[in-house]
Amino acid sequence: MNIIVCIKQVPNTTDVRIDPVTNTLIRDGVESVINPFDAYAIEEAVRIKERCGGKVTALTMGPPQAENALREAISLGCDEAILVSDRKFAGSDTWATSYTLSAAIRKIGDFDIILCGKQASDGDTAQVGPGISAHLDIPQVTYVKKIEEISDKLAKVERMTEEGYDIVQTPLPCLLTVVKEINTPRMPSLKGMMRAKSAKPLKWTADDIEAAPAALGLDGSPTRVVKIFTPQQRKGGEMMSGSTEDVARELTELLKDMVI
Amino acid sequence: MDYLITEQQTMIRDLARKIADEKIKPVAAHYDETEEFAWPIMKILADSDLFGVYIPEKYGGLGGGILDMCLVTEELSRACGGIALGYAGTGLGTLPILLHGSEEQKQKYLPDIAKGKRLAAFCLTEAEAGSDAGSIKTTARKEGDKYILNGTKQWITNAGEAEIYTVVAITDKAKGIRGASAFIVEKGTPGMEFGKKEKKMGIRASATREVIFNNCEIPAANLISKEGMGFIVALKTLDTSRPGVAAQAVGIAQGALDCALEYSRTRVQFGQPISSFQAIQHMLADMGTQLEAARALTYATARMSDSGAKAMSKDSAMAKLFASDMAMKVTTDAVQILAGYGYMRDYPVEKYMRDAKITQIYEGTNQIQRNVIAANMIKEKIKK
Repeated sequence: MNIIVCIKQVPNTTDVRIDPVTNTLIRDGVESVINPFDAYAIEEAVRIKERCGGKVTALTMGPPQAENALREAISLGCDEAILVSDRKFAGSDTWATSYTLSAAIRKIGDFDIILCGKQASDGDTAQVGPGISAHLDIPQVTYVKKIEEISDKLAKVERMTEEGYDIVQTPLPCLLTVVKEINTPRMPSLKGMMRAKSAKPLKWTADDIEAAPAALGLDGSPTRVVKIFTPQQRKGGEMMSGSTEDVARELTELLKDMVI
Repeated sequence: MDYLITEQQTMIRDLARKIADEKIKPVAAHYDETEEFAWPIMKILADSDLFGVYIPEKYGGLGGGILDMCLVTEELSRACGGIALGYAGTGLGTLPILLHGSEEQKQKYLPDIAKGKRLAAFCLTEAEAGSDAGSIKTTARKEGDKYILNGTKQWITNAGEAEIYTVVAITDKAKGIRGASAFIVEKGTPGMEFGKKEKKMGIRASATREVIFNNCEIPAANLISKEGMGFIVALKTLDTSRPGVAAQAVGIAQGALDCALEYSRTRVQFGQPISSFQAIQHMLADMGTQLEAARALTYATARMSDSGAKAMSKDSAMAKLFASDMAMKVTTDAVQILAGYGYMRDYPVEKYMRDAKITQIYEGTNQIQRNVIAANMIKEKIKK
């Protein structure tokens, strides 16, 4: 079973600050960590490997320092790591990012299952996982909270919904995004940490993954960020009292005045 | 203070600290209350490779030494001295094999210990042989290619939970302490039983029971070293393990000091945090200074052991004596700083104080340590 885990390096959300002028994240001096949801994906990948054999490849797109996230992934049980990094990727939105990662996965070639965290803690879009499956044209199941069965041909999983969960069976290869209910990630092991220290993650550029230049980075990103702002805090509502008819009448007048 | 430990030791310490903070601290009070053995934590320590830090690489360990073991014991003890003892007690039970075992014995037992698959225990103390370890009565009688063990070992750490026991027994009564020998006994050997679990003042997450041998037959190949070497094996083991007790004491004291310092900054009396009062500041200063001195002595002794020092009874006794007396003082002062709150079980400092006490008692009471230290000092003087 060849398993690919897509991870993202994100600012540690416990100490994120917002620049009051630009309304963007202040990334300077903020520790970078593996996106917390991706840690569950790594753990699940390692558990599948322990159950079925095979290998786990951690994949990330990011700046050179994202290599640290890959080393941590190795210390947690991943066998190989690939960093896709190129200045041409700068400004990628979720569409361009998922295209780029899918191109890297095509280059890896042989895979049975791709695991992603349900979303990243910085962007919170939850779009890259599904985007990869769309680019690769393979089935996807999002918000997976349990893998009931997995074989060479298919996986049967529980998919969390607001009311409960669906049981979904999908042929392999497929892509799953996982929620934190799926497992408790293990502690790193010393031997894993030592392997991570000496490991040399593969580094692939845009040329290496044979990506179409127009589909990369800012040019390949249809998303336009028009404005970023902190929403105003809602003020408390106005309480009305009296008989039901009086209150209804008063409310109607108010709504008329507000021209809603 | 920077002790210039290696990159690998820093990694080991940081991982042990992470496990202590994230996995042990939240459950320390639970295991203290229930007196259960913390198997889920042992599993985490095993999976993280911490059991193997002091075991040579050829037996599946990480190739470090006593300092590496001390760093782990200290960090775990910062969260719970009792749970840490499941780890440190395994180290004590392993040392006779590591120091004096044959190549076959090392190959047979060390890999499982390094992986944390099997815990170990050391069996020396008996009801009438505490400080006077030479009075042990457990016997091992050789019959063909077997030894037959009879007798009862008392207050054995990890008893019942561990699977590998190193046991000191008398093979030749006529020779006194030169008639003692050390053996490896595996759990499940017919004739080996465990007594009731002791109810203790502190380190309550640690299992302490009798180990009873009733015509317990073991292969002659389980003899460690040679017949008559039992006390040399035991003394060398204890000389090597005492920095571990010191590290446990340092960890317990650090845990208590961390609580006291945190509390003193948030507890407001007379309109200000009590940390602004010189009475509290001087207590904190003394606690911190004594603690650092004990840590320095502990690490220095561990390094001496790792450098292959032959005679280190005096030095390891000094480390154990100083660190455990320090831990008793520091934990008592931590309770004093938290005062009424410190006396309540809602805060962890009373547990640190209860846990600290054992470090002045086991692996030789501090009175015995002083005997050892003085005897060696006088011996050294005469030699000059």
